[in-house]
Amino acid sequence: MIPERIKALLLPIAILAILEIWARAVHLQSDSLAPPSAIAAALVEAFQDGSMLIATRDTLISAFAGLSIGGAVGLACGIALGIFPIFDRLMEVTIEAIRPIPSIALLPIALIALGFGYRMEITIVAFACVWPILILTRAAVGGIEPRLIEVSRALRLSPADRVRKIIIPAALPRIFLAFRLAAGIALIVAVTVEIAINPIGLGAAIMTAQQALRPDLMLAYLFWIGLIGYLLNTGLMVAQRHLFGRAALVGDSA
Amino acid sequence: MIAAVNQGANSLRPGRAQIAFSGVTLDLGGKAILENISLDVKPGEFLCIIGASGCGKTTALRLAAGLYQPTSGTVAFDGKPMLAPRRDIAIVFQDYGKALLPWRTAAGNVSLALEASGVAASQRAVRIDELLKKVGLPNHAEKYPAEMSGGMQQRLQIARCLAQEPKALLMDEPFGALDAMTRQGLQDEVLSLVRASDATVVFVTHDLEEAIYLGDRVIGLLPHPGRIGIELKIDLPRPRDQLTTRENPEFLALRRELFDFIKASEA
Repeated sequence: MIPERIKALLLPIAILAILEIWARAVHLQSDSLAPPSAIAAALVEAFQDGSMLIATRDTLISAFAGLSIGGAVGLACGIALGIFPIFDRLMEVTIEAIRPIPSIALLPIALIALGFGYRMEITIVAFACVWPILILTRAAVGGIEPRLIEVSRALRLSPADRVRKIIIPAALPRIFLAFRLAAGIALIVAVTVEIAINPIGLGAAIMTAQQALRPDLMLAYLFWIGLIGYLLNTGLMVAQRHLFGRAALVGDSA
Repeated sequence: MIAAVNQGANSLRPGRAQIAFSGVTLDLGGKAILENISLDVKPGEFLCIIGASGCGKTTALRLAAGLYQPTSGTVAFDGKPMLAPRRDIAIVFQDYGKALLPWRTAAGNVSLALEASGVAASQRAVRIDELLKKVGLPNHAEKYPAEMSGGMQQRLQIARCLAQEPKALLMDEPFGALDAMTRQGLQDEVLSLVRASDATVVFVTHDLEEAIYLGDRVIGLLPHPGRIGIELKIDLPRPRDQLTTRENPEFLALRRELFDFIKASEA
């Protein structure tokens, strides 16, 4: 197990070493590149002066708030559309017309309506997160074993119990997958909004570093964003395996 | 007329039918699945329905469960029309693997029926223990369905149905997917469970011997559209025994009769 992990790290370490040697050999002077050692130093510096933590906090608050709101809306609508095919047909055109709008294209409107800051960013992240969760939840609910629905009918479960005890648990492994995808989207969209216009968070920090001609700091932020995304996805994957290992297994073999 | 099946423990109470089909026709997608079925099932009776595949026997069971509504005619339970499923009618599906909740343990699956009936949480554990013991799964309460054999999963589904304290138990080819030994064991267990609970049973099967072995009466359906083609009273003595009952000359004669019926219906 551990030798495998070390093997996976060998190539990145080798590349970093080569970059470092190359940068020193050519006495790198650039507005866009920096030697790995300078990036590491900038990263430590940003952590020490607190700016990294504040920027990280701002981005994560926006990403998670947007994910929660968009996820809740997507989940509720996805379940409703999955349960009631009539509702699904009524909404189909509307959904397919709104869904392809890139969330970032809402920026000008959101900016006028909500101004700079968290609210605007959260709204755009939420919009981006609604769709994958809605579409995948609808598919997950629609794909529930019909026999289980019959069992719930034969037992005369109340509509609330039917959703709570049959539909959500049966669809949960796939809903969680949707949530994991949406979490990645939330981070991407939050940083994009910050880079484009919103003066908070990691995206804005990258822009500031760029304008200060600090490629080392810019790349340090970039590395940190990548690391957050990686940790987020890994954490959710571990949680998924831990929570739904059994249910997911049964669902696949059926 | 009272069916002459009074030898066994399932002695029939005279009086009106518990499940009554009168002139039931069902069309699905413009195609007649069942046509003009009239049928009375007495309280406590064990009725078996046989027929070639596609003759609508499973559909008939779903009508009795209230999962389908007839296109014309009525299905009544205890004299009242069946407009929706009822909790005192339990249905055992053939595909136990799909009918059990894979995310709940054996105990949790039985609990679902108790939760549906509004049994208080404090009383559920005792009832679950009783029910699992009844179907021979006392030591498997914490197992998930995926960890159990087919026979055990079907026992679990039966336990969940018994948790409904059903007046009628509808069984849709419940042992069709099981091996012969498991199947015979479960046949005897179902007979003794039913005798203990006094429930009415409608049992769909394509296994003619199973139908004769279990039933007080066997009904054979003709296909396209499904309609009643034969009705046999089974007067074999109870309790029945896998060896002596199946060697009884009457058993063999009934088997012959049903076999000829199925052959003719397929021709």
